[in-house]
Amino acid sequence: MSDQPILELKNIHSGYGSIKALRDVSLKVYPGEVVAIIGANGAGKSTTLMTICGIVSPEKGEVYYQGEPITKINPENLPPMGLCQVPEGRRIFPRLTVEENLILGAFYRDDQEGILKDIKHVYELFPVLGERSKQHGGTLSGGEQQMLAIGRALMTKPKVLLLDEPSLGLAPIIIHQIFDIIADINKNDGTTILLVEQNANLALKAATRGYVLETGEITLEDKADALLHNPEIRKAYLGE
Amino acid sequence: MHPDRFFTVEIDTNFHIRGWLNAGHDRLIKMGKLFRVHSLVLRIRKNYYDHQNVKKDNMDYFIQQLINGITLGGIYALIALGYTMVYGVIQLINFAHGEFFAAGGYVGVIFLSFFTGLGYMETYPVVCLTASFGLAMAYCAYLAIGVEKIAYKPLRKESRLAALLSALGMSIFLSNGLMLTQGVYDKAYPSELFQGGMHFGMVTVSYLQVLILVLTGVLLVALNFLVFKTKMGMAMRATAQDKTMSALVAISSNRIISLTFAIGAGLAAAAGIMVGLYYGSVRYDMGFIPGIKAFSAAVLGGIGNITGAMVGGLIIGMVEVFGAGYISGEYKDVFAFIILISVLYFKPTGIMGENIDDTRV
Ligand SMILES: Nc1ncnc2c1ncn2[C@@H]1O[C@H](COP(=O)(O)OP(=O)(O)OP(=O)(O)O)[C@@H](O)[C@H]1O
Ligand SMILES: [Mg+2]
Repeated sequence: MSDQPILELKNIHSGYGSIKALRDVSLKVYPGEVVAIIGANGAGKSTTLMTICGIVSPEKGEVYYQGEPITKINPENLPPMGLCQVPEGRRIFPRLTVEENLILGAFYRDDQEGILKDIKHVYELFPVLGERSKQHGGTLSGGEQQMLAIGRALMTKPKVLLLDEPSLGLAPIIIHQIFDIIADINKNDGTTILLVEQNANLALKAATRGYVLETGEITLEDKADALLHNPEIRKAYLGE
Repeated sequence: MHPDRFFTVEIDTNFHIRGWLNAGHDRLIKMGKLFRVHSLVLRIRKNYYDHQNVKKDNMDYFIQQLINGITLGGIYALIALGYTMVYGVIQLINFAHGEFFAAGGYVGVIFLSFFTGLGYMETYPVVCLTASFGLAMAYCAYLAIGVEKIAYKPLRKESRLAALLSALGMSIFLSNGLMLTQGVYDKAYPSELFQGGMHFGMVTVSYLQVLILVLTGVLLVALNFLVFKTKMGMAMRATAQDKTMSALVAISSNRIISLTFAIGAGLAAAAGIMVGLYYGSVRYDMGFIPGIKAFSAAVLGGIGNITGAMVGGLIIGMVEVFGAGYISGEYKDVFAFIILISVLYFKPTGIMGENIDDTRV
């Protein structure tokens, strides 16, 4: 872990017109970390990720990536810089094939051979995607769509990967499989991960550090282990 | 006059010119100070009466109509694609689309007359044609990109009605622009282009029809390749399906929207020249009726669907030609509108529905 955060939010206020979804949110993610943001429905977790990616513009505050402010940068210019999000609900292109979805992950890249190699790599990570390569994304099961969404994000060659509720709506065995892969991506590729989850237990076990977001404000920040054993957290988010 | 010219004109006039320029005789006579056009009018009259006596129950007549229908249908298909692609990507019915078609017809007449005047048309016909089509398509592509940036982009976050009204305004603006710069009267295409044709019994396929059919085919195949086989095409379909997600994989929706307008307008411009060549002239308001017909074609095939627009164009062209040939030429323009209203009433998603879901933009 180096001293310089790879991703930092400084006093972000963000929302949708009159709806203020984030108030004075500051957080730091260091290279190689897995950081979790946990919070209830409507706490502003997705808004945080969308603000980082430039889809939602903050009213105040600044997002820094590798030390540079990126708030003014158009969202489509961020993936080439190594910042990529797997959004809530996967958002697979339903009428494109599995393979086309993956190719579009590499939209900004020109290295034809590298792209082919990376598609093969995704098929190794998720063999089921290889079997379904010519099938429309919209016809995949929820779990397969989540795999495809992660695969598509990997095609952008991310340095920082933002994941919005990857466990949502999936069976425990699939969740397990997906979290194993997330851990692999972090360890083997050295990809930094910012993970948003309602499932606090799952997220905090996968993470090194965590933030707690409550109605648009960060209320707690600690090592993941510490949060996992924090009685308040156990009561509020782990159902005890 | 080349003897074949008579036959070519006969086909055109009987089944097309009269209805196309609705108040046909008056307007033709107005511009008919030129001998060429005047004699054309006389022949239209003559052929109109001949037409009444044509045996309509024979096979030759049917096949002749079929060929004419495919030619016209292909042209409608080219125009319909612009409506359908733009709708697919930004859910806007671009009412100004017919004006790109008209502008293309004008750029075509300007360059083809220029090349003909210099005598290049005879020595280098392929080069001159390619250049004229290329210039018209490029001009209209840029025109469309400009129109989108000025009239639609600022309204993208507003209601869809706002952009629709803006499109109507653009249509009026562009059509008046054409009138002010090019005049209110028809501009004749060089008459000596593509005379003659091939005869099969009583059936004639004019060389012009061959040119139009081949070119239409090439453009449709190229478009299919672009949209369904290239990375840009994938990006276009992705943008149509989910703009936020497209941005998250580095696709700029502004660029894709510009590209969509450019391609649609380019195809419409090519159709504009074809119509100019086919009917012999262009007029500032020529985009209106074919625009609505092509829009009907797009709706018929399921708006937003590429294959649907192609098939819809062919159907509208066929129905128009057969309706004019077997029922009445007077009602030629009515058939497309009957189809439009019926489809909107009974099956607004288009006749082919989910069977061709794959080919949605
Ligand atoms: N597009 C939008 N327009 C208006 N308000 C929105 C929009 N998206 C989210 N909000 C509001 O912003 C607040 C934060 O929403 P956000 O989606 O960030 O929550 P979340 O923590 O991701 O919740 P969940 O766990 O349910 O996904 C909510 O009050 C929500 O209603
Ligand atoms: Mg959310």
